[in-house]
Amino acid sequence: MNSAASPDFKHTVDLAIRHVGRFGLWAITLGGLAFLYLPIAILVVYSFNASRMNAVWRGFTLDWYRSLFAGVTESGVDVTNAQIWDALWNSLWVGGISTVVATILGTLVALALERFRFKGRNALEALLFLPIIIPDITMGISLLVLFSLLFQLLQTVLGVRLVLDLNTVMIGHITFNISYVAVTVRSRIAELDPALEEAAMDLGADELRTFWRVTLPLIFPGILSGALLAFTLSLDDFVITFFTAGVGSTTLPVFVYGMIKLAVTPAINAISTLMLLASLLIVLLSLALQRRST
Amino acid sequence: MFNALKTHFATATNRRRFNLAVLAVPATVWLLFFFVLPLVIVLLYSVLERGIYGGVEWQFTLENYQRLLNPIYWGIFGRSLWLAFMTTLACLLLGYPLAFFIASRPPQWRNTLLLLVIIPFWTNFLVRIYAWIVILRQEGVINVLLQSFNLIDQPLDLLFNSFAVTVGLIYGYLPFMILPLYATLERFDFSLLDAAQDLGANDLKTLIRVVIPLTLRGVVAGSLLVFIPAVGEFITPDILGGAKTVMMGNLVQSQFLSARNWPFGSVLSIVMIVIVLIPIVIYFRVAEEKLNA
Repeated sequence: MNSAASPDFKHTVDLAIRHVGRFGLWAITLGGLAFLYLPIAILVVYSFNASRMNAVWRGFTLDWYRSLFAGVTESGVDVTNAQIWDALWNSLWVGGISTVVATILGTLVALALERFRFKGRNALEALLFLPIIIPDITMGISLLVLFSLLFQLLQTVLGVRLVLDLNTVMIGHITFNISYVAVTVRSRIAELDPALEEAAMDLGADELRTFWRVTLPLIFPGILSGALLAFTLSLDDFVITFFTAGVGSTTLPVFVYGMIKLAVTPAINAISTLMLLASLLIVLLSLALQRRST
Repeated sequence: MFNALKTHFATATNRRRFNLAVLAVPATVWLLFFFVLPLVIVLLYSVLERGIYGGVEWQFTLENYQRLLNPIYWGIFGRSLWLAFMTTLACLLLGYPLAFFIASRPPQWRNTLLLLVIIPFWTNFLVRIYAWIVILRQEGVINVLLQSFNLIDQPLDLLFNSFAVTVGLIYGYLPFMILPLYATLERFDFSLLDAAQDLGANDLKTLIRVVIPLTLRGVVAGSLLVFIPAVGEFITPDILGGAKTVMMGNLVQSQFLSARNWPFGSVLSIVMIVIVLIPIVIYFRVAEEKLNA
């Protein structure tokens, strides 16, 4: 279109562009949301499908859920009651402990970075940043390498035999969670008005008292979000667990991975639906907590 | 003992030091031992000879790095970069309009829409990847639908190829693109749109000359957040891909768990870390220059 085109023509083109733009914006948004939700919806729907082999709808059934809870062996997949509950328990145990430890360590280091200027502060920031950006698999294999070397050393020097178990998984989860907690808590501390702490000190509270009575309650919502994030990331993690877990320390994602790798059965749809439901509950819980704290 | 400590920390500077130590030392020591030390060992293993059953022989060699010259590995690196690039591009093309739509709604709608984008992201990564098996496999939703309408005779091979891997990667990382884009678009001054229009620019011109340049920060941040994890992915190609869609992550995994060649696996991990660090370092350099300018 050159400048010699009539104003009318330009106006028509501009209007056409506007309509196409408006339409495109709505279409891509709705399409994008459908893209995000359809796979999940399909998973849920097919967890109730009576057909074992394919996606043809053959009627409603709860068999796949029953198979999860009753310990049915089917199509080579040994879906036993005990295995699933063990995996779930392992996930919750690892998630709980690693969340507590990572939340404490992450909150402390967040306070150090926000409240102090010191030599090596930039290096510490980089140290906290790296676990977030490094590919999961490199973290997984490097921990595997560390543990194998460490265990070899312990065996030859002290004669103690250690193997990969839930504790090694837990160490891995704490390692990546410290960074996420620190980031979350730091953003909350940064919003804090330092005058409040100064006021407490002026009123005669010592440092410890100021921390317990003023700082901690004020940053508590940040600590809580950090802990929730850590717990979710721990429950979600597959890669680092995969490399640091040994026999008998299977978590739920590792268990599901095994099921997917062996054979695609509707039982996986059922367990996926239950995991979906659980994460939805965590989301609602965290939203409720956030609403209460603000 | 306790009294000696007490007097030592009585002075303000010493008390400050003590406080800082209590706060910073635990996490620092933990990360040095369980994050830095393991990476140093990986670096060390990369120049040692392989052990027969995994592990290493303590014998210096550069053979593992020489193996990188083999074109087979170049193909795998190239594929990883290519798939991650395509994923980033697709996420950008899908995510930018979505983020723009959300940011241009009235404030009371924005949080709800944003929540709608985030909720699927809270579900387990494996579960979200697995959903695409249900959709794409030969007996899956798409093939069954197409066959029931007699549009195809034979089921299409949609799974276990680079198409399936790319779709899985886009699905996995789309929210990583939308969130930073939304963060910058939310701060965008929408009255600039009227200004551009008054000056005679149409919507397309306004988008290209005004909106995109002013939200470039979000575009770069989102692209990094998608590209970096996508290039190092291992589950998505492992589950949705086949023998011809091996990515770097799968190669590392097989070196450690099946080929039992830990030194070469270490070399590959180092290559992966370098590939991820390059765009990050460039990003911070540019951001710093902008700040100083």
